[in-house]
Amino acid sequence: MFRIVKAEFLAPEIKRFEILAPKIAAKRKAGQFVIVRISAKGERIPLTIADSSIDRGTITIIVQGIGKTTKEINTLQTDDFFLDVVGPLGLPSHIEKFGTAVSIGGGVGTAIAFPTAKALKDAGNHTISIIGGKTKEHVILEDEMNEICDEVYVTTDDGSYGYHGFVTGQLQELIDSGRKIDFVLAIGPIPMMNAVAEVTRKYGIKTVVSLNPVMVDGTGMCGGCRAVVGGKTVFVCVDGPEFDAHEVDFRLLMKRNNTYRNEEHDALERHICSLDKMYAEALKEEI
Amino acid sequence: MAELSNKERMKIPRQPMPEQNPFERNRNFLEVNLGFTEELARLEAERCIQCPKPKCVEGCPVGVQIKDFIKLVAEGDYLGAAAKIKEDNVLPAVCGRVCPQEQQCEAACVTGVKGEPVAIGRLERFVADYERATVGIRTVEVKPPTGKKVAIIGSGPSGLSCAGELVQKGHSVTVFEALHELGGVLVYGIPEFRLPKEIVRAEVEALEKLGVEFRTNSVIGFTDTIDELMTVEGYDAVFIGVGAGLPYFMNIPGENHNGVYSANEFLTRVNLMKAYKFPEYDTPVFDVRGKNVAVFGGGNTAMDAVRTAKRLGAATASIVYRRSEVEMPARVEEVHHAKAEGIQFVMLTNPLEFLGDDAGWLHGVKLQKMELGEPDASGRRRPVPVEGSEYVMPIDMAVIAIGNGSNPIIQKTTPELQFNKWGNIIVEPETMKTSKKGVFAGGDIVTGGATVILAMGAGRKAARAIDDFLLGEG
Ligand SMILES: Cc1cc2nc3c(=O)[nH]c(=O)nc-3n(C[C@H](O)[C@H](O)[C@H](O)COP(=O)(O)OP(=O)(O)OC[C@H]3O[C@@H](n4cnc5c(N)ncnc54)[C@H](O)[C@@H]3O)c2cc1C
Ligand code: SF4
Ligand code: FES
Repeated sequence: MFRIVKAEFLAPEIKRFEILAPKIAAKRKAGQFVIVRISAKGERIPLTIADSSIDRGTITIIVQGIGKTTKEINTLQTDDFFLDVVGPLGLPSHIEKFGTAVSIGGGVGTAIAFPTAKALKDAGNHTISIIGGKTKEHVILEDEMNEICDEVYVTTDDGSYGYHGFVTGQLQELIDSGRKIDFVLAIGPIPMMNAVAEVTRKYGIKTVVSLNPVMVDGTGMCGGCRAVVGGKTVFVCVDGPEFDAHEVDFRLLMKRNNTYRNEEHDALERHICSLDKMYAEALKEEI
Repeated sequence: MAELSNKERMKIPRQPMPEQNPFERNRNFLEVNLGFTEELARLEAERCIQCPKPKCVEGCPVGVQIKDFIKLVAEGDYLGAAAKIKEDNVLPAVCGRVCPQEQQCEAACVTGVKGEPVAIGRLERFVADYERATVGIRTVEVKPPTGKKVAIIGSGPSGLSCAGELVQKGHSVTVFEALHELGGVLVYGIPEFRLPKEIVRAEVEALEKLGVEFRTNSVIGFTDTIDELMTVEGYDAVFIGVGAGLPYFMNIPGENHNGVYSANEFLTRVNLMKAYKFPEYDTPVFDVRGKNVAVFGGGNTAMDAVRTAKRLGAATASIVYRRSEVEMPARVEEVHHAKAEGIQFVMLTNPLEFLGDDAGWLHGVKLQKMELGEPDASGRRRPVPVEGSEYVMPIDMAVIAIGNGSNPIIQKTTPELQFNKWGNIIVEPETMKTSKKGVFAGGDIVTGGATVILAMGAGRKAARAIDDFLLGEG
C-alpha cells in the first residue's frame, strides 16, 4: 500500500498526487514511469513520474481523469492509498547539452514533460517551455515551469490566456522569429505530437516524443504496448517511452489506442476525443 | 481387501477423470477436471503392479517416488502419499494438473506397454487435493536461523520451490516479483479452468507460514539491481527464476492490427487481470462474442488461448498450426479437451499476412498450406509451403502463441552474468551456478520455455547448491 501524502487538483479533471514510495523516489530518473493499481479489481495504469523528493521519500504523479480508472484515481485524497505502485519503469530520457531545448506539453502532457525539462535545464540547456491547454483553467504547471525554464510560453485553444491557438503555432512563431532551436521534446495527445513532429521535420530539428500506448505489465512481457518506430516494432514500456518523433508511426499508435474504445465507452472517452479532435482538425489544415 | 495378482490388477481399466460436460464448460471458467473420488483413486492405485525397478520414476524429471506413493494410496494413506510425493515435488497439486505425464512418468509405466498406463498424474492430483482439503498443506519443520539472506527473483514454480527449500534450511528468504500477484505463469498464463488460482494461492500461503517474505511490484533490474540486492540490501545469495517472458511475434505484415494479441497479453488480461469478468473487473479484453478467433501455435499456451477465446463467447475458435497434430507440443489431454469443446484444428497451415480495415481492425488472415518434408534439427519433419495454396480466413481476433524468448531486463542490468545467444542465462548444470559469484538461476530463463516440473526441479537443485554456498562449501 502506498500512502498519498498530498492530493490536489491543478485543473478540472487534472489532479496531482504526492505518494510515499521512497525506493522509487531514490531511483527514478526523468522520463521514467510507474504502473499503479488502486483496487483489487483495478486495471494497471502507467503514469509518468512528474517529480520526486528523496528527502520526503515521495514521487509525484499527475493524473487526467479520462477513463473509468483515472477518474476513480482522481477521487482519492490525502491519506488514501494506492494498492500497487511499481517502478521506475522504462528508459530514462536521453539528456545532453543540445543548446536551446524546447519542451512542449499539451494538456496533462505538460506534467510528463516537466521532469525532462528540468533535467534539460540542469544539463546546461537554454530551456524554453510551451504549455498548451484548452482554456486558461486547463493550463497546468506554469509556475513550476517558470521556476526551471528560461522562457515559458502559454497557448490556449480558445485564446482565453496566452497565445491563441495550438502549441505548434507558438513553436512556428519561435522558429520564424529566427531563434535557433536545437532540440524539441513534445508530449501530449497523439495528434499534437504528430503536428509538432511535422513542424520540426521541415527544419531538421531533433525531436523526441513520449508515447502512451495501452500497457499491461510494463516489463516487456506482453507486447501490448507495441508501436512502430523507424519501420520496426518496439515495446514502448521497455524500449521507450521516448522515441525520435520523426520516426514514429503516429497513425498506427492512434489506431491501436482505440482498441478498447467500445469496451470503455463511458462518458470519459468523449473527453480525449474532443481534445484529439481539435488537434486532428488543426492537423488537417496543416497537411 | 485380498491381495490382487498382477494379472487381476492389469484387468482393471484405467479410471476416467470425471469432468464437466464439454458444452457447459466451454462457456465457463470453472475447472474442467473434477478430480478422482476416493473410490476411483483406490481403484486406479490398484492398477499399479509395484514394479521392482519402477520405470515411472525414471520418467519423472524430479524422480518422484511414484511406486511408493501409489502403494500408500492403495492402502488408503492419502496423507502419507502426499508426504511421499513432497519429498521430491513441492507442488503436487499444480504438477498433477499441468505436467505432460504422457511424455514422462506415464510414458514409461510398464502397464502402458500392453494396455493403458497407470494414471499417475490423476493420483498425484488426488492426494494433493485431499491433503489441502482435509488438513491443509502440511509444512515441514524449519531449521534454526542461519543468519543468511537469500533473494529470489520471480515467483514462478522455480522461485517458489527454491524459496521453500531454502527457508526450511533456516535461511531468511525474500521473493521479489515484478507483478502484483505471486505465481508466475501459474497465475498469469495458465487459465483458471485448468489450474484454479486458489491452489497457487494456497501454495504461496504455505510458504509465507514458513517465513518466506514476498515483495510484489519489484522489477529487479529497475527497482533494485542484482548488485544492489547483494551490496546495499545485504543478500548473501540470489536465485534468478524470472521465466521466459518475451513474446515472439511472427514478423508478418499486419501484425500490429487491433485484435492481434500475443498469447501473453491475451492470457494476462483474462487470467491475471480477470478480464473475463469485465466490467466487474476493470481490465477489458477484445469482445469476441459471436466473432471468429484464430490462435497460431500448437503448444499448451495455444490450447489455453483458444479455449479461453471459446469461453469468452467466440463463434469459432481455431488452432492454426504449421505442422501436423502429432507434432503439437501441447499436453494430449488439453488437445482432447479442446476438441470436445468445439475447437477447430487447422493443421499444416501457416499465416502469411494479417488483413485489416482502414481503422486498423483485423478482419482476416491470409494462410498458406504446408506439407511435411525432411526432419529438421528438432527431429520433427519440417513443414514446407505448398505453392499456390494461399487462401483467406476471415477472423476478428488473432492470438500469436509461437513461444517466448528471454526478457532482457536482467541481462541489461547485470553485466557480469553470461548469457547464450538466445538470451538464456548460462549455468553449471549440477549447481545452477551462474558466472556471477553467489548468483544462481533456473527455470525458463535458463532452459527457454519448458515445463513447470523442470522449473521446479531447477529451483530445488539451485537451493541445495545455494545452501552449500552459504555454509561455505560452495
Ligand atoms: C499459457 C502457458 C501454459 C503453460 N502450460 C504448461 C503446462 O500445461 N504444463 C507445463 O509443465 N508447463 C506449462 N507451461 C510452461 C510453464 O508454465 C513454465 O515452464 C514455468 O512456469 C516456468 O517457471 P519459471 O519459474 O521459470 O518462470 P515463470 O513461471 O515464468 O515465473 C517467472 C516470474 O518472474 C517474474 N519476473 C520476471 N522478470 C522479473 C524481474 N526482473 N524482477 C522480478 N520478477 C520478475 C515474472 O513476473 C514471473 O512471475 C505453460 C506456459 C504458458 C505461458
Ligand atoms: S511403472 Fe507403472 S506399474 Fe510400475 S511402479 Fe510405476 S506406476 Fe506402478
Ligand atoms: S506493457 Fe506489456 S510489453 Fe509493454
